[in-house]
Amino acid sequence: MTESLIVARQLVKRFGEFTAVDGIDVEVQRGEAFGFLGPNGAGKSSTMRMIGCVSPVTSGSLRLFGLDPATHGAQIRRRLGVVPQLDTLDTELTVQENLWLYGRYFDLSRSEAKRRAKELLEFAQLADRADSIVDHLSGGMKRRLSIARSLINEPEMLLLDEPTTGLDPQARHVLWDRLYRLKQQGVTLVLTTHYMDEAEQLCDRLVVMDQGKIVAEGSPRELIDRYSTREVLELRFTAGTNEALAPQVQGIGERQELLPDRVLVYADDGEAALAATHARGLQPESALVRRSSLEDVFLLLTGRTLAD
Amino acid sequence: MTTGAFRVAGWHLALYRRLWRMNLLSSFVQPLMYLLGLGVGVGALVDRNSASGATLGGASYVAFVAPGLLITAAMALGAIESMWSVMGGLKWQRGYHGIAATPLEARDIVLGHGVWIAVRCGLSATAVAAALAYFPDTRSWGLLPAVPVAMLVGLSFAMPIMAFSINTETDGAFAAIQRFVIIPLFLFGGAFYPLSQLPVGVQWIAKAAPLWHGVIVARGFTTHSAGALWAVGHLAYVVAFAFAGTTLAVRNLRRKLYS
Amino acid sequence: MSGELRILPVAFTARRPQRMIERHIVAYRRQWLIIVSGFFEPLFYLLSMRAGLGNLVGKVSVAGTQVPYDAFVAPALMASSAMNGAIFDSTGNVLHRLKYARIYDAALATPMSPTDVAMGEIGWALLRGQLYSISFLGVMAALGLVQSWWVLMALPACALIGLTFAGIGFAGTTYMRGWADMDIVNTATMPLFLFSATFFPAASYGSWAWVVQLSPLYHGVALVRAANAGVWTASILAHIAVLLLVSIIALSIAARRLDVLLRK
Ligand SMILES: Nc1ncnc2c1ncn2[C@@H]1O[C@H](COP(=O)(O)OP(=O)(O)OP(=O)(O)O)[C@@H](O)[C@H]1O
Ligand SMILES: [Mg+2]
Repeated sequence: MTESLIVARQLVKRFGEFTAVDGIDVEVQRGEAFGFLGPNGAGKSSTMRMIGCVSPVTSGSLRLFGLDPATHGAQIRRRLGVVPQLDTLDTELTVQENLWLYGRYFDLSRSEAKRRAKELLEFAQLADRADSIVDHLSGGMKRRLSIARSLINEPEMLLLDEPTTGLDPQARHVLWDRLYRLKQQGVTLVLTTHYMDEAEQLCDRLVVMDQGKIVAEGSPRELIDRYSTREVLELRFTAGTNEALAPQVQGIGERQELLPDRVLVYADDGEAALAATHARGLQPESALVRRSSLEDVFLLLTGRTLAD
Repeated sequence: MTTGAFRVAGWHLALYRRLWRMNLLSSFVQPLMYLLGLGVGVGALVDRNSASGATLGGASYVAFVAPGLLITAAMALGAIESMWSVMGGLKWQRGYHGIAATPLEARDIVLGHGVWIAVRCGLSATAVAAALAYFPDTRSWGLLPAVPVAMLVGLSFAMPIMAFSINTETDGAFAAIQRFVIIPLFLFGGAFYPLSQLPVGVQWIAKAAPLWHGVIVARGFTTHSAGALWAVGHLAYVVAFAFAGTTLAVRNLRRKLYS
Repeated sequence: MSGELRILPVAFTARRPQRMIERHIVAYRRQWLIIVSGFFEPLFYLLSMRAGLGNLVGKVSVAGTQVPYDAFVAPALMASSAMNGAIFDSTGNVLHRLKYARIYDAALATPMSPTDVAMGEIGWALLRGQLYSISFLGVMAALGLVQSWWVLMALPACALIGLTFAGIGFAGTTYMRGWADMDIVNTATMPLFLFSATFFPAASYGSWAWVVQLSPLYHGVALVRAANAGVWTASILAHIAVLLLVSIIALSIAARRLDVLLRK
């Protein structure tokens, strides 16, 4: 039997007149990795903050671990790990102190907090910086520390708001690996991201949000199957001629998309589409056939290019 | 003085236009509150005591304290205006770097800031002097020349502190300057009682700083007991601090901006 | 917590304010000089009044007896330094942590509540204030300004003063827009410092003496002076009541405002 850790019904968040989250329904099961995608301002962080019990719900209902955040906020937060979009590290403290003092907020004993802090330093690959003041760390190191700090209470559910923004590729892969292991240990992951590869790698299920509403939901594979063709042909023409040449590919494949730097042709058979293009006498500077990705779904659902 | 310096002072004026109300309050109302609290309130206790008349040179206590407050207020203002705002110009809002990218030089920035501080000290001293002129006990023609004395004292603290602020890395030292230089001078610098009340060693320390020299000159003006040569001598000491501070500040800023 | 136990005065719902204090102790271990330097300001005032003004003023009457001027101002300076310290800790430092360092945002993602944070900050201000009060008392004793053993009661009196002003300071800070507003704090504390029968007896105001009673510090000064003189009258209870009332109101406002600010 599965257990729903998050149940949101018609969840709304308003800031004054402005509606940031506009009646969403979300359900996340224990052990799942769940993602929120969406362009800037879609309402992802607002949703995450409500789930983190630091932002009161405007209307609708929200239950976490079966509890109401309005009355049981502290009990819920005790079981959560939170990585906010912007680091809230304590810049006057050292790396190590940031970890164990945070553990104290969860009522860990001092020795237990320090023991876990030591482990997490290894996890975040910051052991050699243990005594540095946080203010002096690089952006990526701070991010890693934020993530490590969120684990100090051994949370059942981890909320990660754009966890890998600002990390270098190595660090991202290390983090994915760590998150994957946490998931295997049964930790529920809820994350937002702007990296489609990250969402594909990590998420069992995700929703795409736009302007406070959920516009699609499913596993990455399902979404690709539902909203895209099997393959995509990417064509680049001489700079500045994209727009003029785009009409000439009309009718090839199922759908065509004009981006600022290239023309996309959605087709189940990309090679066939390329052949058709050549047959029409078009000479693209480069042509690439690839499998459809989540990015294609994202572009379709949220209006071509990333908003903003 | 360069025209560049005046352009920098204009820049400060533009920034100040957003803050002036609160600043006016603190640089005008605060000295008057001290005048009321210590001058009038404690004055009643002092004047009641027949032994103190001679120590104060025959003046009432409030008349004795008033010029001291005029001058200490300028010191405090000069000190504050050359700490956080200088660090802000270099580190936080980085306005100095913006100016340095134009044809203006380090000297213009320092002198411009100095002009600006002198104007601020002059304005608030004028306001305080106007208030003092309102009360019969403290009314005196000597308040007029006391205003430029306040400006000089303001600069004699502002410029050396500016030289320091340019070089310092964190703002932690500013609180220390306030606590260990400005407040002790405020209390022991001759504003509230003649230095003769203090142990000789403390007297010498107080006399080494420019504050006391400014205070006794201003008091000499308001009580009409200042000789011209005597006043010039003391003011020269005050000016020397401002001058040395300026030279040092220009040197430090040049190193900081262009190296 | 927003919904819970709102009928009780909000201060009583704090469960782990000590965690905030622990954080400050760790953070200040590297900045102990700042803590130490706070002790000197009241000391300078005391020495200046003693050496400089003492001769000029002569004796002042307190509760019917004539005392030297330094013995008159010393308890008042002790009380005002409790106020100044509490204000300092609960305004500038809190503003920094609230708006710029965003330390509270992190704490509130844990079981800590806004009330814990507010009470922790106030507890820290009290702790630091007591440190200063104790050392100031030591200086007073060394200078021969202590008049009775009752003076030890000045310590709880200063704690109460600290509580009151830390509450006021914290509540006020939650309304601040930025650093520029700190000027208001200085301009507001100065009249309290100067006109709370600190440097001259309230009787000097003649028929205006009642105005002085509006200053919470006046009641604090009265308590510390009574402790030093060892002369207790029924009016002491009134002074305590005023301070308690003001602190409870201020603390409730502070915790509620923090909730509004941080749980958007
Ligand atoms: N505290 C607030 N007060 C007023 N408006 C807010 C507040 N927080 C968020 N908003 C608004 O709500 C909308 C959604 O913001 P949110 O941070 O949830 O977006 P997001 O999906 O996380 O975007 P991003 O990808 O840029 O992080 C935005 O228009 C934002 O301006
Ligand atoms: Mg966001």
